Formats: sequence, C-alpha cells, structure tokens
Amino acid sequence: MAAERNPDDLRYHPEHDWARIDGDEATLGITWFAQDALGELVHFEPPEEGATVTAGQPYAEVESVKAVSDVVAPLSGEIVEINRTIVDAPETVNADPYGDGWIARVRLSNPSEAESLMDAEAYERYLAEQG
Amino acid sequence: MLEAIGVESLEDLFADLPEGVRFHRPLDLAPALTEQELTAYFEQLASQNEHNGSHLSFLGGGLYDHYVPAVVDAVLQRGELLTAYTPYQPELSQGVLQSIFEYQTAICELTGMGVSNASGYDGTTVAADACYIAKHATGRSKVVITEATNPQVRQVVKTYAPGFGLEVVEVPHRDGATDPDELRAAAEDAACAIFQQPNFFGVLEPAPDLAAAAADAEALPVAHVDPISLGVLEAPGNYGCALAIGEGQSAGNHISYGGPHYGFLAARSEFIRRMPGRIVGETTDAAGNRGYVLTLQTREQHIRREKATSNITTNQTLLALAGLVYLSWLGPQGLRDVGETCMALAEYAKERLVATGLELPFADRTTFKEFAVRVGRNARDVVRDALAEGVHPGYAVGRDYPGMDDVLLVAVTERRTKDEIDRLAEVLAR
Amino acid sequence: MKLIFEKSHPGRRAGRLPDPGLPAPEVPSELRRAEPPRLPEIAEPDLVRHFTELSTRNFGIDTGFYPLGSCTMKHNPRVNERLASLPGFRDLHPLEDEERAQGALRLCVELQETLAEVTGLDAVSLQPAAGSQGELTGLMLMHAYFADRGEDEQRRKILIPDTAHGTNPASVTMAGYELVDIQTDPRGNIDVEDLRAKVDETTAGLMLTNPSTLGLFDENIEEISRIFHDAGALMYYDGANLNAVCGISRPGDMGFEIVHINLHKTFSQPHGGGGPGGGPIAVSERLEPFLPVPAIVRDGEAYRLDYDRPKSIGKVRGFLGPFGVFVRSYAFIRAYGPELREMSEVAVLNANYLLALLREDYDLPFDRLCMHEFVLSARRLKREHGVSALDVAKRLMDYGFHPPTIYFPLNVPEALMIEPTETEAKETLDAFADAMRAIAREAAEEPDLLKQAPQGTVVGRLDEVKAAKRALVRYHFEEHPDLSGEPAAAGVEAPKGA
Repeated sequence: MAAERNPDDLRYHPEHDWARIDGDEATLGITWFAQDALGELVHFEPPEEGATVTAGQPYAEVESVKAVSDVVAPLSGEIVEINRTIVDAPETVNADPYGDGWIARVRLSNPSEAESLMDAEAYERYLAEQG
Repeated sequence: MLEAIGVESLEDLFADLPEGVRFHRPLDLAPALTEQELTAYFEQLASQNEHNGSHLSFLGGGLYDHYVPAVVDAVLQRGELLTAYTPYQPELSQGVLQSIFEYQTAICELTGMGVSNASGYDGTTVAADACYIAKHATGRSKVVITEATNPQVRQVVKTYAPGFGLEVVEVPHRDGATDPDELRAAAEDAACAIFQQPNFFGVLEPAPDLAAAAADAEALPVAHVDPISLGVLEAPGNYGCALAIGEGQSAGNHISYGGPHYGFLAARSEFIRRMPGRIVGETTDAAGNRGYVLTLQTREQHIRREKATSNITTNQTLLALAGLVYLSWLGPQGLRDVGETCMALAEYAKERLVATGLELPFADRTTFKEFAVRVGRNARDVVRDALAEGVHPGYAVGRDYPGMDDVLLVAVTERRTKDEIDRLAEVLAR
Repeated sequence: MKLIFEKSHPGRRAGRLPDPGLPAPEVPSELRRAEPPRLPEIAEPDLVRHFTELSTRNFGIDTGFYPLGSCTMKHNPRVNERLASLPGFRDLHPLEDEERAQGALRLCVELQETLAEVTGLDAVSLQPAAGSQGELTGLMLMHAYFADRGEDEQRRKILIPDTAHGTNPASVTMAGYELVDIQTDPRGNIDVEDLRAKVDETTAGLMLTNPSTLGLFDENIEEISRIFHDAGALMYYDGANLNAVCGISRPGDMGFEIVHINLHKTFSQPHGGGGPGGGPIAVSERLEPFLPVPAIVRDGEAYRLDYDRPKSIGKVRGFLGPFGVFVRSYAFIRAYGPELREMSEVAVLNANYLLALLREDYDLPFDRLCMHEFVLSARRLKREHGVSALDVAKRLMDYGFHPPTIYFPLNVPEALMIEPTETEAKETLDAFADAMRAIAREAAEEPDLLKQAPQGTVVGRLDEVKAAKRALVRYHFEEHPDLSGEPAAAGVEAPKGA
C-alpha cells in the first residue's frame, strides 16, 4: 500500500516534497502524506517562472481550510514551468499528488544535490519514525 | 462536589501552586456592592461628566454627535447576539455570521471595494493594518501619510511602524488640503500613501488626484473616509484607491468617551488573502441550504502562527452590527440626506460665524460637516469662555498643529438646529 | 433565511431625519457620488424582524452553557449594560477638557488601581482594545525598555511554549521579534531544561499563560522566573486564563513584568459575537515610563491626563481606549470586591468537578488536577469508533449545549478544551457531563448520530472547503451565485481552532 503511495522513481525531501529527475531538469511536488495532512487544497500561491529556487527553501505556498504550508524545494535550480492546472483547481494535488498534481519544473543548478534526498524506501521509513 | 473530585477541601485544588507564588492576604479592594449600590455609585460618577446632552456641543475632531436610532440599541441588547462568542461553531452562530456578511456587503457598497473584513478596533488601528498589507503586497518599507489626516491616526501608525520595519513620511497640508504633486514626490518607493477624505479640517481633498499621484509612484492609494459622507462623496474604490479605511463611529455608535467603536477596512478583491481580521463567506450545507462561515482563516493568527496577516482575534463585531443596523435604517436615500443635511447646516454655521466677524483660515475650500475657524485669540481660552455660557464651540487644534493656536474645528451634525447655530455665533461673537 | 438586501424594496426606508430647510451645498463634480450605495431599503418593522430572526439563529451565554476553553464564557450581568448607557458615560466626548470628565477619569483610575492590585504590578494602561493588541503593546514595551538600555539590537528572540494561543506567535512577528518554541513536559509544564538551553543574551523575553492553555499551573514557575531574570530578559504574562487565579496567585508575584488582561474574559465584558473587548496591560515600575500616552493619573483630589511622557512607545489606539468596556468591567469588579477570590475558587472547583465526571469516558492527556479549564482527548473514540472531536462537538449541539473548544492546544490530538466558569450551577455541569457520556456511548453504538450531527440547528455542517475556494464574501445582488448547485467538498471536514 505504501509503495503505491510513494513511487519508486522519485526522490524525497524530509519536508514531504518530491522530485522526479529527468536529465538536467526535475519535476517537483508534494507527497501523499503532505496532501493528506493538509486536507483538500483551496488555494495555490505560485512562484514566478524564471525564479530561482534553493534546496531546502520554500518556493511556493499551498493552502487548505485548516492550514497554509510552505512548499519546499528538494533541489536548487530555475523554474521553467508552473503547473497552471493547480492554480485554478488546487484539489488536483490531493487527487493525484505524483501525477497531474505536480507543482513546478526546474532546470537543476546542482544535480548532485539529489544524492542527499531519500529514496521511496527511506522516505517510508522516515514516515514510520514520525509516528 | 469535592467528594466527586476526590479531595478533602477547596484548598487541595490549589496544591500545585508553589508556596512562593501564593497570595495570602485578601485583595485590597473596596467591599462588594449590591446592584442597587453599584447603580448609585456609577450614577454619581456619571453625573460628574459634561456629556453632549448636558450642554450644546460642536465638538468633533474624529468622533461625532450623530443621531443613533433606537432600533440600534434594541438590536444590540438581544442576548443571543450580545453574549455570543466568535462564531467558530457556525451551525450555532448563523445570526452573527449572516450579520457580518451583511456588514461586509454594506461596507463594500459604501467604499466601492470588493472585500471588507469583519471590523478592526477603530479608525486608527485600521491605518496600521493598511500599512501592513501594503508592506507585504509591495515589498517596500516606507509609508506616506498626509498631515491633514487625523493626528491620532498618524500617531498610531508611527507607533506600529518600527515593529513592521516601516519608515513613515508625512506630506504637509497646504492651506488645509494636500497637493497631489507633493504627495507624488513623497510616495516614491512607498508601499502606500494614506490620505483622509474629508480630512481632519473637514476639507474635501482632491481625492482622485491624490489616488492617481500615489498610483503613479506605484504606492497603494489608501483613503481614510467618513462613512456618513459616502452618500454624498464618491466611493474610494471608484477613483482608484486600493484600500479604504475609516472610523465607523459616525455610523451607528454612541461616542462613549472614545470607545468601543469599530474600524472598517475594505480593499480591491485582489487583496483578499492579505486582509487581516475575520472574514465571513457564504457556503452551503449537505442539504444545499445557504449558510455562512468564517473563511480564509488560514490568514489569521490561529493557524499561520508566525506568518499571520495580523494578530487580531477579538474585534468589534457588536459595534459593526450597530453600523449595519444604522445603515439599513437609513437606506441609500437616508445616507444621502444625512450627508447633505450635515453639509447644509455646516455651511449655515460658516455663514453665521463669518457674519459675526470671524475668519475662516481655509475659506476657499469646500468642507463637509466640520470646518476650521480663526477665533482671534487662544482657542482654548475661547472654549473656556464659551463653556461658561453652556456652549462647547469645538476642538482647539493648536495641540496637534503648531501655529494654529487660534483655530477651532467646529463640527455640525444633523442633530444641530439653526437656532443652536445662531446661539454658537452669538457666544463666539463676544 | 434571506439577507437583508434580499428584503429590500425600492423607495422604502425606516428612518427619517429632520429637514433643516437649507440648500445643500454643491459638491465638486469630480468628488461627488455618482451612483448611490446599494444599502437596504426597508421599513422599520421588517428591519426589526430581520435582526430578531437573526438573533434566534444564534447561541449566546444567555441561551445556555458555553464551555469554550480559554474564552471564559461567564454570565454578563445586565446591570452593566444599564450603567454603560448612562448619558454621563454614553454621550461623553473624549475631547472634553479633563475638568468636565472627572467621573470618567476617576472610573479609569480606579479600574487601573484594581487591575494593579489583582496582577501584583505597579502601573496600568487601559488603552489596548483587545488581548492581542495588549500583547503587541507588551512586546513594544520590551523593545522600548531594551532600547533604553542599549540592548535592543542584541535581544531579538521571544520564547513561547508550543501550547500557546495563536495570537502569541503572530504578535511576536508583528512586533519584529523572532520566535523560539519551548517544549512541554509530560506533566504539562514547560520543559525547564529545554528552556534553559534556549535562554541567553539574545533573549528579549518569555510569553506565557499560567495556568497554561492546558489548564495547568506551571509548577516550575519560580525556576523559570530565575532563568529569565538571570539572563536579563523580561517575562510577559498572557492574561487569558486569569479567571483561575484572582486573589489566589498574582502574575507580578510569579515574576512577570508585563501582563495583559482580557476584560471580555475574566471581567465579563460581553463578547458581542466577536467583540468588543479590552486588553489593558499592567507593568512593573521599571517599565512604567514606556506605557502608551496619555497616562491617566491622580492629582490630589482630581484626575487628569499626562501627556508628558517622553519615553512612551506612543499610541496604540485612539483616545483612552474602549471606555464603554471599562464601565462594564469595573462594575463587574465592584460587584465582587475582594470576593474575586471566591469567583476564581468556584471556577476551579467547577472545572475539577466536570473533569472528575468525564475522565473515564474520555482520555486525559495530563493526569493532574486542573485549574479553571481542562483538556480531554477524543482520540480513543477516533481509534475505536472512527469519530472525532469535531463529531462530538457537533453532537453536543443536539443536546442543547455549545461545544467546547476543539483541536486546541495543538499538542493534544482530538482535543476538547472545556472551561465551565464560576457562573454554572452544579445541575448544569451534571447535565453537560450526562450529555458527554451519552455521546461517548453513541460513538460506540450508533456513530452515525455523531457523524450526521447537528440535526437540530438551522443549518447542518457547512462546507468550509467550498467557502474557502469560492471566497464569496459579499452579496453581489443580481449577479450573486447560487452555491447550492455546486459540488460539495471531497468529504473531509476541516477541524477548527480556538
């Protein structure tokens, strides 16, 4: 069950953000755990295309009825595209956090940062430890 | 009850309190009073105050003697509204929630804006709120405010500014009003520019030009407005303002020695997620019934914690409700009437005072319900002498505006009559 | 129920003003209102019926038991309304000279002196309009105090427990300070070792409520006070829970230098559906010079305003503060006198009694006697029967009670924070406990009763996701959308804070 939730081909950041790396670019989003904790999203505050993101720093915000949360960049780079679908329909992130609910695509500035991210198994262990 | 709890005495309930912090003597307070004694004592205190009913008063300066209809007081005494808490359980609070939604609508209509919050503390703190919004919306660290804006509003903004990391710059008044070119120059790199309409001297500012000047500098134009004037004067949202704020007291609240009243804060729709305070939104239940809830609460202190748009929790709901009842009692025609009546009576007062030989320092300016008059000697002495004859002629502005020690601000509301104004002229002529 | 705007008919009006028979002066065309605002056009009988109907759709303390933790929903004596309406108070203008407002100024001074006595501090400002504004004022005082000593640059941090009310962190940010969280230990006290590690010369102060939002008195308060004072920092007391300790323990004696008091909690200013309130602050002598201006002082037999305060932080609100709130609160206090102590004792007794009745059916996160409020957890019900604190709260409405505070404090899962206050008679507490126990049984046997609650209110559970997404915050007249046709939320009902 957990394996389905956390795809193997992604890398994970402890703040519950994921990255799908594709050459020198990556697609970023938030994990199933994050969207479940927040509840149905009602608003997405996007960054500008062309903005720089830094690994470990917030680059956008998502908002549900009960909380607003920073979206943290797992990797550093420059934003090349924002997922416009989720601006109008933020609930897409809840429905499909790893697919249609992707948040941004970045051109990586330091691809080696991926090594310090967790794989799916490590992330699941991390979630289990959180309790 | 003690038995059910499992202790021997009341004292046992306080066992956790360390000895060093216990208070061992009785509180040094006057003995308890029965309701009757309480009433006698408070009536005695109240009788030592010269209130608006005990003499003829033309005192304004930010709070005004407008007529508060009996229905306002009656609605505010409904226990279900008076003694309710903030409506966090909406199913039990549709009364308060719907009334706030109606209030928000009324404020948006008055100000020509897309969103209003459920009220702020008063007309001074909403100016600080506006600065906070502007700072976060523009990223700039300077705010501009006109000297012709109420002195207490300016003082409160300056008190809040250091904590917000803001510099405050004032634009001087020229002959009772503000020069748009001067405002434009000052507003360079400013987050917002605040002006008051009508201003503290009762003068009508060139508001659309001031708003345009601010916008030209990419500063948010903010108008601090009198709700009673908005049947006669154009709405700030209709002449380019980003935010509209003000003191609500004139619309439905008793003066009550300074409070409680309500501040209002309205903005263009794009600022909805930056609004401090509570906001009520419409929704439905599972059966499709329309209902109201507090919404966008993630902006508020209890969820965002350090990222909150403000720290406000308790606001001024009951007083805002009074405002809603009042505005509903008036309707659009009534609001226009009260504005026109105030202007007409104030104009009459100006004529009568000029006829006695007094001078108007801003004679060429159009005014609303208040105007400045030069009384020929220290205005505070004039006030004292007039009071001896049972008339308070107005606010001596010398304390707030250097060089204007001989100037009084005379406020004329719809409660004044021509006879009363004649009496004022008579008293001041001496 | 229709909105008042939907009851509008062109040409109707409730009020008429006298006509002075004077011509209205011209407003320059560029300043003149072009289109009138769309205020309701309604006659007085319909106006009165509208607001009366609204009031029947609302629950107040006058309606029934209202045990909202941290809100102190006590009875509001009606005489206080009458006193606040005396013309000598209600129609008094704050710009009248001091000699003409001696009764009002005397009331303010006496209230200040009373609050100083109750808090064990030296000077009071009545100016802040609410508790959260009192907090912000207190933080500004800290800045001013340290700036005066040349330490403001160095001291940037405020420490707050993780159980703190949400206004505390927001106030810290607005005051330009940084926030540092302190943990709570298993007994519900501040973790003193965590605190010791985090206090240093960059600390400005502590913000603490004592008893805490858990309703527990911090047993280590003296040690905490020592740690802060040794570091040269200040201690700020959030007075939200003062109802527990009036005449029993004073924040000044606990070591706090700045205290804000919520007049709309402890001292019975009616909550009014969200306000007004009053948040006066009391301070120790060394902070007195920085208080907002003007100060209200005794001058022999008379009372006056002192504007000569060069070190004051300035002004946080217009005039002297919400005077009408002072009248009601001071009247409440004068009706008790030194018996404020009994008030707190009964508040604590009532809370412990209710706790004893409920501890079997709900989980008690901290097994201690409580003060004036206590926190239960519905986590057992969630785990075993799939019902949440929210469901319990909604079902309580069907029993005729206002629910307690839910999901606060944040460190207790499925939290229910209950504060009965001294107002309630034993039979009311018994009835509430019966309802809570019945609901716990229903959770096991018929959970749908909770999940579909409330059934007896004018609306059922409202879709808060839809509200946040649509952000429909005003009536749009002809263009007003009909939300009943739109789809409901994905099913998850969001929980609420205090």
